[in-house]
Amino acid sequence: MKKRTFLAATLAATMATGAFADGHEPVKVGFIYVGPIGDGGWTYEHHQGLLAVEAEFGDKVETVYQENVPEGADAERALTQMALQGADIIFTTSFGYMDPTINVAQKFPDVKFEHATGYKRADNVSTYSARFYEGRAVQGHIAGRMTKTNKIGYIASFPIPEVIRGINSTYIHAKKANPDVEMNVIWVYTWFDPAKEADAAKALIDNGIDVVLQHTDSTAPQAAAAEAGVISFGQASDMAEYKPAPRVSSIIDNWGPYYIQRVRAVMDGSWESVDTWDGIGPGMVEIGEITDAVPADVKAEAEALRDSIAAGEYSPFTGPLNKQDGSAWLAEGEVADDGTLAGMGFYVEGITGEIPN
Amino acid sequence: MDFGSINPVLLIASLMVASTPILLAAMGELMVEKSGVLNLGVEGMMIVGAISGFIVAVETGSPALGFVAAAAGATVMALLFAVLTQVFLSNQVATGLGLTLFGLGVSSLMGQGYVGIRPPASPRMEFFGLSDLPVVGPIVFNQHPMVYVSLALVAGVWWYFRSTRSGLILRAVGESHEAAHALGYSVLGTRFAAIAFGGACAGLGGAFLSLVIVPQWTEGMTAGRGWIALAIVVFASWRAWRVLLGAYLFGGVTVLQLNLQAAGIAIPVELLSMSPYLITILVLVIISSDKRRAAASAPASLGRPFHASS
Repeated sequence: MKKRTFLAATLAATMATGAFADGHEPVKVGFIYVGPIGDGGWTYEHHQGLLAVEAEFGDKVETVYQENVPEGADAERALTQMALQGADIIFTTSFGYMDPTINVAQKFPDVKFEHATGYKRADNVSTYSARFYEGRAVQGHIAGRMTKTNKIGYIASFPIPEVIRGINSTYIHAKKANPDVEMNVIWVYTWFDPAKEADAAKALIDNGIDVVLQHTDSTAPQAAAAEAGVISFGQASDMAEYKPAPRVSSIIDNWGPYYIQRVRAVMDGSWESVDTWDGIGPGMVEIGEITDAVPADVKAEAEALRDSIAAGEYSPFTGPLNKQDGSAWLAEGEVADDGTLAGMGFYVEGITGEIPN
Repeated sequence: MDFGSINPVLLIASLMVASTPILLAAMGELMVEKSGVLNLGVEGMMIVGAISGFIVAVETGSPALGFVAAAAGATVMALLFAVLTQVFLSNQVATGLGLTLFGLGVSSLMGQGYVGIRPPASPRMEFFGLSDLPVVGPIVFNQHPMVYVSLALVAGVWWYFRSTRSGLILRAVGESHEAAHALGYSVLGTRFAAIAFGGACAGLGGAFLSLVIVPQWTEGMTAGRGWIALAIVVFASWRAWRVLLGAYLFGGVTVLQLNLQAAGIAIPVELLSMSPYLITILVLVIISSDKRRAAASAPASLGRPFHASS
């Protein structure tokens, strides 16, 4: 009983300060990060977004962030704490924070939540993500054209739709560019473990792979690729220190404009729960410079592919495409709808191996 | 069974590299625990070693100096733990956990200006053409110097415990600090030395990550390897050769499962990714399952505070 009274009192107090904050104090913006801001990849780019918010609004905002928050139950604690500290809007920047975000949002109806890469929304929970698979298409094309052994490798983190979309998009476009290409996927079950990512890259290279793609957050695979003399792509961040080789291009996540827009919506009271999914066109996904390690004709093709995606003329998931088991998925010219993409749980035809459950 | 494109020679060579950080840290912790002290700060000391070594290697251009600095940096951390737990008699478990948290924080502070920098390359050893021999060349004669150091360390620690007077004293301190004290041996001196040694080893393990395996500085890059090292010491029932076995088994299965995936072998990935933990624990539990000896394997004074007046 006592405990419950205490909780109720705390909640009431928070709501009181929250209401107070609306009038006089700066808007408090919170960020929950899955890795350290120095990872040089995913979390680094979200933190750049935070800095963009600070630069835009100056002393009208107060920002707080917490790094290295484990996905799962511990995230709920971190979120609750941030909400109790009076945050007005909280960005939770990893897929694994989906359920914790929804749970905590129920307890704090006056706080706005924004969850990255998930699909569960509520009145005070928005979701946002970027169409990274558009960038993957460009990388896949370069990979298919650049490989000499016809074997490319992909370091994958967790078997969630976002990662599977990236694998499929890469493979489809590598195969288009080079019909003999084979792609092997390694699941490392982590977003950030530099040594394990390096070991995975080495395992791929030891098995005759000469193009390394990654969907993990550190630069360790780049270093392994540099040592072995194969090529790689920057992930989430430009990873420019590995230019011009092994890093021949990159996908850059550009969150700043979105964060600024959402914080402004909180300030002027127009915030609503929405689902945002932007790609190369609106600038949420950028393709990092394609270096001279790539022949000029390949570079021109890749840039043409990028521009046609940006202009909305081409979707990376355009039929004819079959699923891995050979069953038909998209007919000639048919484009995948967002619902299927958002919940993608299958490989396309030609990829060997199985998706772990 | 067809192992496809996996080359067993490259596999063994890379498992030795992948295991070395854990092996180094675990050998250090073995020494510490044998002297009767439980230092849970291995992770913190490793990561401070990783950044200290990285900074010095980048600034001087010498990986060797980097490793020296890594050992020194982590030893400073270890001595902090030694002063707190041995002189001020703070709780060892709490202090060790604190050391890990402190190490993670202080390393990211130290590393502020070092994100995204490439360290000087640390070349592998070449032995006048021996390195080109088939099979033994890549495995035995073409490794990074620290791999040989770690193996020498295993032999050295084993010999130290088994055959030296000082090793006997250290074990006596770990088994019964009152008795060792009564005999006139310096409990504090022995434990300080052991803790410092443990710190130096953990630091070398950390620097092996930041200078050789990854090689790059990223915050939190040890990613739990210090905890694995701690577990391996326990499962190895405090024996040097079993620590080697445990570390190589863990590193080996980790590398093997990645290679199996890279070669596209059809084994469920879930099984593969938990296999390093499962197999290492299983094997070490089986070899230490002799109940009579298992009871005697843990140092009797492990984790107990000592004060000369008691």
